[in-house]
Amino acid sequence: MSAAMRPPPRRTALQWARTNLFATPLDAGLTVILSLGAAWLAWSLIDWAVLQATFTGESRSACKGSGACWALVTARWPQLFTGFYPEGHRWRVAAATLLLLMAAAPFAMRHAKAWTYLLAPAGIVLAFMVMGGAHVLPGVPSEYWGGVFLNLLIGVTGAIFALPIGVLLALGRRSNLPIVKALSVGFIEIVRGVPLITLLFMASVMLPLFMPTGVTLSRLMRALVVITLFEAAYMAEGVRGGLQATPDGQREAAKALGLGPVRTTLLVVLPQALRIAIPALVNSFIGLFKDTTLVFVIGLLEVTGVARQALADYAWQGKDVEAFAFIAAVFWVVCFAMSRFAAALERAPKVKPVQEPA
Amino acid sequence: MFRRGLLLAAALLALAACKDPGSAVNEPAPTGPGVKGAPDLALGEAVKAQGATLRTIRARRRLICGVNTGLIGFAFTDNRGQWRGFDIDFCRATAAAVLGDINAVRYVPLGSTERFTALQSGEVDVLWRNTSWTFSRDAGNRLDFGSINYFDGQGFLVRKSLGLKSATELNGARICVQTGSTTELNVADFFRSKGLKYTPVVVDTEDQAHAAYAKEACDALTADMSELAAVRAILDNPDTHMLLPEVISKEPFGPVVRQGDDQWEDIIRWTLYATILAEEFGITDRNVDEMRRTSANPEVRRLLGVEPGFGKMLGLSDDWAYRAIKAEGNYGQIFERNIGRNSPLKLERGMNALWNAQKPGLMYAPPMR
Repeated sequence: MSAAMRPPPRRTALQWARTNLFATPLDAGLTVILSLGAAWLAWSLIDWAVLQATFTGESRSACKGSGACWALVTARWPQLFTGFYPEGHRWRVAAATLLLLMAAAPFAMRHAKAWTYLLAPAGIVLAFMVMGGAHVLPGVPSEYWGGVFLNLLIGVTGAIFALPIGVLLALGRRSNLPIVKALSVGFIEIVRGVPLITLLFMASVMLPLFMPTGVTLSRLMRALVVITLFEAAYMAEGVRGGLQATPDGQREAAKALGLGPVRTTLLVVLPQALRIAIPALVNSFIGLFKDTTLVFVIGLLEVTGVARQALADYAWQGKDVEAFAFIAAVFWVVCFAMSRFAAALERAPKVKPVQEPA
Repeated sequence: MFRRGLLLAAALLALAACKDPGSAVNEPAPTGPGVKGAPDLALGEAVKAQGATLRTIRARRRLICGVNTGLIGFAFTDNRGQWRGFDIDFCRATAAAVLGDINAVRYVPLGSTERFTALQSGEVDVLWRNTSWTFSRDAGNRLDFGSINYFDGQGFLVRKSLGLKSATELNGARICVQTGSTTELNVADFFRSKGLKYTPVVVDTEDQAHAAYAKEACDALTADMSELAAVRAILDNPDTHMLLPEVISKEPFGPVVRQGDDQWEDIIRWTLYATILAEEFGITDRNVDEMRRTSANPEVRRLLGVEPGFGKMLGLSDDWAYRAIKAEGNYGQIFERNIGRNSPLKLERGMNALWNAQKPGLMYAPPMR
């Protein structure tokens, strides 16, 4: 920043406080009362969560103090993060988590090369193979996968496979071909009009009855298909917003340059539309990640399922607050990270520096 | 185009990767005598047509048991991730009877809506999952209930300081009840039929009902007995609260199997009956070997496989019941260990006592002959 653009010299903190916090006796009174209240709240929270808390132990009887009983989390952290994955094989969960994060990485980078996006599905497939065994490692059926990992797995897989479907649906909805348009509108409106939980129930309760005997699709797979399609419908609307916000002149200019409709869409319209749609898409991603807890209702033991199981053990009965505070913290960290990455993406320069073809 | 193709291929690969592999690492290979010692299926075409479930279980060498996602005393996992509880013990007993190995079980936690579909679609072999036997579930669902392993029902939890002996003394009491549930209707019916008055303290959720009772917003809490016992276990001084003896509704829990495989239904029913008969004859996991050697009681000898031929009728080896009892003990032991005196729930046997006990209950198994 040049010196000329610098704001006028800053006032001291005291001056600032006087104008903003203590301007009138009423302001001063409110400031004092509210800050005392906030301090009291913060202190009782720290007192409960840290100072009086118990951090280790095999059951709630170890928690003698008046504070939080984090022993529940420390005694069961392998379950909370990996579900019931066998003890000697938990490295595979860590490896699969890394693969998932790598699969998602291009979407959080400013100028990822186009081919890195293609690695995303490959990373997910590899993660599934590492977890399931793929006839190389000892097999672990998906009933044993769980905890935070399962939320991540469902969230990342759902988001990555839903995005292309959502883009196609958005394009289909703006298409001039009546059948394509009708199908896209129909799909989006039907899926958006139904709560996710009912779709999950349908997938878990009705789908198996229609499958030929002997063919079973694991419940995880059924949940993944439903969540991906559900998410695609929401993303389609986000992308459509982006498409509508892209100036028509861009399309016309592309046409004037002699680009066909496919290349116009891929090279000119979509890159701009997707950038505009980032806030809406991130909104969907965050919503999706939180929705992954719903798979508990069809018996998949993601992190809230594992927590409920811990609470069904007499050793931890009644420690609901700690269990759900922990889950809330995990979700906040992940969702906050997502929104920060998205903010960075939006701040990225609007136009990529032109590269001369080699 | 290339990208679409790649996505499709990836989706297919993911499906392939997710298919259940045959053996799993944390499922120790079955070691017991069941697989080796079991008779070959030279049982005639009639049984073969029906014994599909047993054949499937033998082929995969594992029982797949549908259980609750988490219910105190009945099905839960401990800190090390091991399943425990009353229903779990029956899964293990079944695995012992069929495969000779209590660890040859895969537990599939099921929510209350999807449990029947999971069974019908073949995802699980049997539900040992606190499922109430009702007419419409039995007749309307292509399902069969094996028998009843726990008689639950709605009761009342009160403070001992009130000095009550019976629910009929609750005239004028404030009663905490969850709104919109059958419990609310049951309690209304009960008080009307007895000509008593009460003040319902209506709350929205179970947790609120528990909290209201703990804060003494009501004199009594009403819910199913097993739930009341779980509530009592976490109250500040459990010993100062008691369950009143009256049970005002019927919630008979039992194992559920698919309709059409009568042999498998027999196996499930008689695994439960074997534990009940064992209690009746005084057979425990500790003395079962001695009883097998020394008992002169013909029923005991048939149950434990000393007299040959009985296991074969189920398509199992003759020592099927011996293996189940040796592994998990008799019905009384399973009860006391998980939900009775030796457990935090401290439930009375009540209706779940043997039919010929001092305080007779409803547990009754047909004779072994």
